[in-house]
Amino acid sequence: MSTPAAPAAVDPVEARQSSLPPTARLATLTLAFILSAGVYMAANTSRAASMVPADVIAVIALLCLVANVVLLARTKEFAWNMFFLVFRWALLAYAIIAGILEFVFVFDHTPSSRLAILTTLLLMFALDVPLILAFSVARYQPLPSDAS
Amino acid sequence: MADVVVNDGRAPAHPEGGPPRVPAFDIIPLKGLPFVALALIGLIVAIVSNSLWALTFFHVLGGGLWTGIDLFVGLIIGPILGRLSIPARIEFSVRFMPKMLLIMPTLVAMTLGAGYQLARHVGNLKADYPHHGWLVASYIIVAIMALIALGLLEPANLAVLFELKKPRPNGERIARLMKVFVYTAGITGLMQLATIFIMTFLASR
Repeated sequence: MSTPAAPAAVDPVEARQSSLPPTARLATLTLAFILSAGVYMAANTSRAASMVPADVIAVIALLCLVANVVLLARTKEFAWNMFFLVFRWALLAYAIIAGILEFVFVFDHTPSSRLAILTTLLLMFALDVPLILAFSVARYQPLPSDAS
Repeated sequence: MADVVVNDGRAPAHPEGGPPRVPAFDIIPLKGLPFVALALIGLIVAIVSNSLWALTFFHVLGGGLWTGIDLFVGLIIGPILGRLSIPARIEFSVRFMPKMLLIMPTLVAMTLGAGYQLARHVGNLKADYPHHGWLVASYIIVAIMALIALGLLEPANLAVLFELKKPRPNGERIARLMKVFVYTAGITGLMQLATIFIMTFLASR
């Protein structure tokens, strides 16, 4: 009779995954709302279309983003140092990209009401993408308590 | 040749029994940053000057490379990578993934920034543009591609690099994330073909 294989040691990082909030999924959903509002606005450039749908979608995106940040902030067992390290650099990169897009809209004399919505969307974009990236890295980082 | 089987969630053992060797690497290749800065400055100059040639150059160059790289990674590199041994995959990944972290967002910014301004310049954004529906279709495709790239592809890319920086990288996790990276690169590449179909259709009208 063969000896049964010893059970593989449980990886604490993998074990912790189920207790983490759905940050990546919520942030991707937020991004989907941001992009939808952006598509609506781009499709109606030079048209006298109502901006209410874009406003509504932007508000939903903002609510998703705030809810996501609140849920993540309540997480205790998380590699926060790594999260903030990645978040800072990603924020710098995406702030530059959002800044270029904002520059294009200002340069093109976008009407102020539309510019306000676009600026809000770009701000959310510049925060949301670093959130996805930082969470995706930090979720797989070991914690000091894992050693014990 | 049999692949190393990873079944315990940890990196496969090195022939001598230790973890697989991971060559030293920078997550962000600093030598590449001047090229990124140059591309972004060039993009801003093209937008400010509103030069038809410069805008077309940045849009076509960025879009062509974005599509080509996505398709090449998803359909050619991906399947080859899947057949390599784990140490070979690691060797390849530490040299390839940091470069992708700089190249892809730069190409996306070039393509979309110059593209929007080009469309404005040639009058495609006007309400009476006869092929407005096609243009909106391209916006939707680009939005879906951006969602896949920013929500799945880039996080997987970054997570692999940080995993490889650990003293004992988790081979199963790297394989899982690399699969996400390669599949999403292929999907966005195929969607890019749809965008190119629309763009060439519009350019020929």
